[in-house]
Amino acid sequence: MTLKATPLNSAHRALGAKMVDFGGWDMPVNYGSQIEEHNAVRLDAGMFDVSHMCVVDVKGANVRAFLRGLLANNVDKLQAPGKALYSCMLNAEGGVIDDLIVYFLAEDWFRIVVNAGTADKDVAWMNQQNAATNSGLTITQRRDGNDPIALIAVQGPNARAKVWQVLPTTQAATEQLKPFNAAIVPGTAFGEAMVARTGYTGEDGFEIGVPAAQAEALWNALLAAGVKPAGLGARDTLRLEAGMNLYGQDMDETTNPLDAGLAWTVDLVSERDFIGKAALQAKGQQAQFVGLILREKGGILRAHQRVVAASGNEGEITSGTFSPSMQQAIALARVPMDVAIGDTVQVVIRDKHLAASVVKLPFVRNGKVLAA
Amino acid sequence: MNIPTDLKYTESHEWVRREEDGSLTVGITEYAQDALGDIVFVELPQVGKEFTAGNDAAVVESVKAASDIYAPVSGTVTAVNQPVADAPDSINQDAYGAWLFKLAPSDAAAYDKLLDAEAYGKTTDH
Repeated sequence: MTLKATPLNSAHRALGAKMVDFGGWDMPVNYGSQIEEHNAVRLDAGMFDVSHMCVVDVKGANVRAFLRGLLANNVDKLQAPGKALYSCMLNAEGGVIDDLIVYFLAEDWFRIVVNAGTADKDVAWMNQQNAATNSGLTITQRRDGNDPIALIAVQGPNARAKVWQVLPTTQAATEQLKPFNAAIVPGTAFGEAMVARTGYTGEDGFEIGVPAAQAEALWNALLAAGVKPAGLGARDTLRLEAGMNLYGQDMDETTNPLDAGLAWTVDLVSERDFIGKAALQAKGQQAQFVGLILREKGGILRAHQRVVAASGNEGEITSGTFSPSMQQAIALARVPMDVAIGDTVQVVIRDKHLAASVVKLPFVRNGKVLAA
Repeated sequence: MNIPTDLKYTESHEWVRREEDGSLTVGITEYAQDALGDIVFVELPQVGKEFTAGNDAAVVESVKAASDIYAPVSGTVTAVNQPVADAPDSINQDAYGAWLFKLAPSDAAAYDKLLDAEAYGKTTDH
């Protein structure tokens, strides 16, 4: 089977990246050392090719009403053009179809960015709901086809400054952008650029969308400005330290968002109905989603390891790694409701039961270690 | 990738060196450390432990994966490299220098049956 390639595939290979099959995509896992790349993002500026993710444009007169019913978070929070929201898209049983970011661009145009592996499923679901609600919208995915958009995420304390060096005509429109806001700037040296102050690392930065044909030139310009290329290995350690969920690992269609630490993204307060609302109200929260820090030597915390509480009740690690910024093994875990922040639990690694502390997420934010 | 010709190898990417006294020194190859990525944890066996060829003898964990290291031949552990356990990234820096443990083999001839550099090289040629 041939792997799918982003517009930056040759750029990664030219840098000597170690390439892997990531959900059917030929992607860079590192360019030498994922720990160095992680540190570059925490301390300076690194960039990720995220062009395997999919921009979806949803256009039409009824788009706001449609999204009010489609998404668990409330798009009525988006009143200023460019403002964005992190949300889950649920099925009728309240299970998570995907997590995504939705941008309000105009009253007849919202832009959604979805995960790479779920894009086809997501677009099919949106089309199905569009028909079912008679909303008459045009839903266009911008990853394959005529007018594709490539995505580069530049992250770190110096990220925005480096982006402005390379895209100086975007500075005026983006200098005042608050986090979770975006601007579309036409006529840059790399075509029309969407610049969003969002990211998946816990650091400041911009995620940039440009026409796919311009991606390599933009990537090379960012390289020349000193931005360090960073691969999927670093992306995972960064997002885990930042307490950010990974779809397909921390939650999937069988997971209720309330059990995945995502209650803050689900608006159950307003009277708005949305797909999955009734199921969530009926189920409520049945598990907690917490951080773990391993306190005894004996291995690294990893997905699917059993977590045993003092009561004897058990949970499971959903994502684990070794934190470069903390120099400790850390994890995200789904645990029983009787576990409290500050508790010590046992994690089963090979033949040992090792002690771990239960902590509030995130572990790290804006370069600072918060959990200890 | 470097595959020294004065060492022997296993298909599971261990390298083995026979010392003058007949003991065997064991580590993981450059290919293995490259595949693992940044190594962050090493668990070594106890001195005195006896292994049959193919038993789990040690664990090397990188950020992304845990990897079992196997006893290349049957024998008893005579020494372990504690400095490597204390500085796991030394394996990434120098895979053939960062040995993990030494074995007194129960059968001296077993070493000769291990892969030579050329045969090991073929197993890593994809």
